[in-house]
Amino acid sequence: MLITELKNKETILSLLEGKVFVIVCHGCREIHFPEHEADALLAELVAGGNVTGSITTDYICNVDNLKLRLQRHAAAIDSADTLLVLSCGVGVQTVAGLYPAKRVIAGCDTYALPGFQGVTPLEYDCRQCGECYLNLTGGICPITACSKSLVNGQCGGAKNGMCEVDPNMECGWERIQRRLAQIGRLDVLKCPVQVRNYATDDDVK
Amino acid sequence: MRITELFDNGEFVVTAEVGPPKGIDASHVVEEAKEYLSGITAVNVTDNQSSVMRMGSLPACVMLKNAGLTPILQLTCRDRNRIALQSELLGAAALGIENILCLTGDHTKMGDHPGAKPVFDLDSVSLLHTVCQLEKGVDLAGNALVGEAPKFAKGAVVSPCSDSVDAQLAKMERKVMAGAEYFQTQAVFDSEKFISFMEKAKQFGKPVQLGVIIPKSAGMAKFMNNNVAGVHVPQWMIDELAADKEKAKAGITGVELAAKVIKECRPYCQGLHIMALGWEAKVPELLKLAGI
Repeated sequence: MLITELKNKETILSLLEGKVFVIVCHGCREIHFPEHEADALLAELVAGGNVTGSITTDYICNVDNLKLRLQRHAAAIDSADTLLVLSCGVGVQTVAGLYPAKRVIAGCDTYALPGFQGVTPLEYDCRQCGECYLNLTGGICPITACSKSLVNGQCGGAKNGMCEVDPNMECGWERIQRRLAQIGRLDVLKCPVQVRNYATDDDVK
Repeated sequence: MRITELFDNGEFVVTAEVGPPKGIDASHVVEEAKEYLSGITAVNVTDNQSSVMRMGSLPACVMLKNAGLTPILQLTCRDRNRIALQSELLGAAALGIENILCLTGDHTKMGDHPGAKPVFDLDSVSLLHTVCQLEKGVDLAGNALVGEAPKFAKGAVVSPCSDSVDAQLAKMERKVMAGAEYFQTQAVFDSEKFISFMEKAKQFGKPVQLGVIIPKSAGMAKFMNNNVAGVHVPQWMIDELAADKEKAKAGITGVELAAKVIKECRPYCQGLHIMALGWEAKVPELLKLAGI
């Protein structure tokens, strides 16, 4: 099982720029998704007048399925500056992969629970760390795309763009750097120093 | 003495690095450093370099300090979590260590205990931030330290000849933001690459020490090209090393090549960092030939 929780509203609002298209994924059967909170946020954004459109669906981690469902929203997506995705970390990465030139924002954090982890494609790995970094990394997860799970940038171990730990794996931070350049968001690399919080349960925060 | 004071005075700072032994007798490391490295500013002591288990950096730093040298404690995030790293920093300050170099560290899979758990609780950037917190008298969790706060010259590394120069510059900027006061670089063999890197890196306003390795043979150069990230030995250097095997073996070719790189890069950097890799004895000759 996994649980997704909306990031706090101020955080989400601070990340939205220009016109927004919202993608809400109620997920697979293994996920607990905050449907009411997401609906309330969506309604508030729509009332604010900056939303070009939205879709509430499921299984957005399946890229073919996602393409099909987004087809009739093509115009609304085109006219949006930001795609806000309310889903688990895999869903956000699927959308970011599909729209390499758009700013894709993760509106949720994903936490792990014991049990079956859902039908998620391996190339969009999410370790359900509970503090989603995708907004700082252009929608590429540094926890899974980097051998050392570094959250403050590239180490000195990339050779010809590949990771020296696993020569079959492209350096995750090379991918992040390229993607941030592509979406014109290299400025997020100047964000405050990131220190991971391994106590992402409710008891210790 | 903190080496940042020397940079502030505009001095050209020369450091070299030594590795503690895989054993409990470090006397030859100390003797070699005393004999060949006492003329330079400070000596880096590696922290389980290349993820190969050895004596710790801190005890070896203390031995060098007792022998009259200025040690730089290298600290990686591979083997310790934030509690152990802060504890080590307090211990280092208590033992009189004033210079540190903060690194993320090689992955455990690269070393002689590939099954070990890689920690990376912090990384080079968050470690530098942590050191700054300690210097303010609080730990990373915000708890007050008792008594005097530690004070270090805080160094970091950068890889100027990496094929991901933009990502390296972005990381360098984050290190500066987190509190890095000086930089030592990965080994440079290509002066032009280093000079063009420095054109971009000078905006950060921090002293950079050129990383130098004395190439020992054509085989070693090819090995580094194939296996060591951020290192590129140009073909003409490999040819020169291969041309006269005896001259290369005696270290003459390597010292000449390294001295040439140093001379070409000197106007663009604020110091040297020599990784002698067992050729500590050639350091005085290299410095002489390079005109340092």
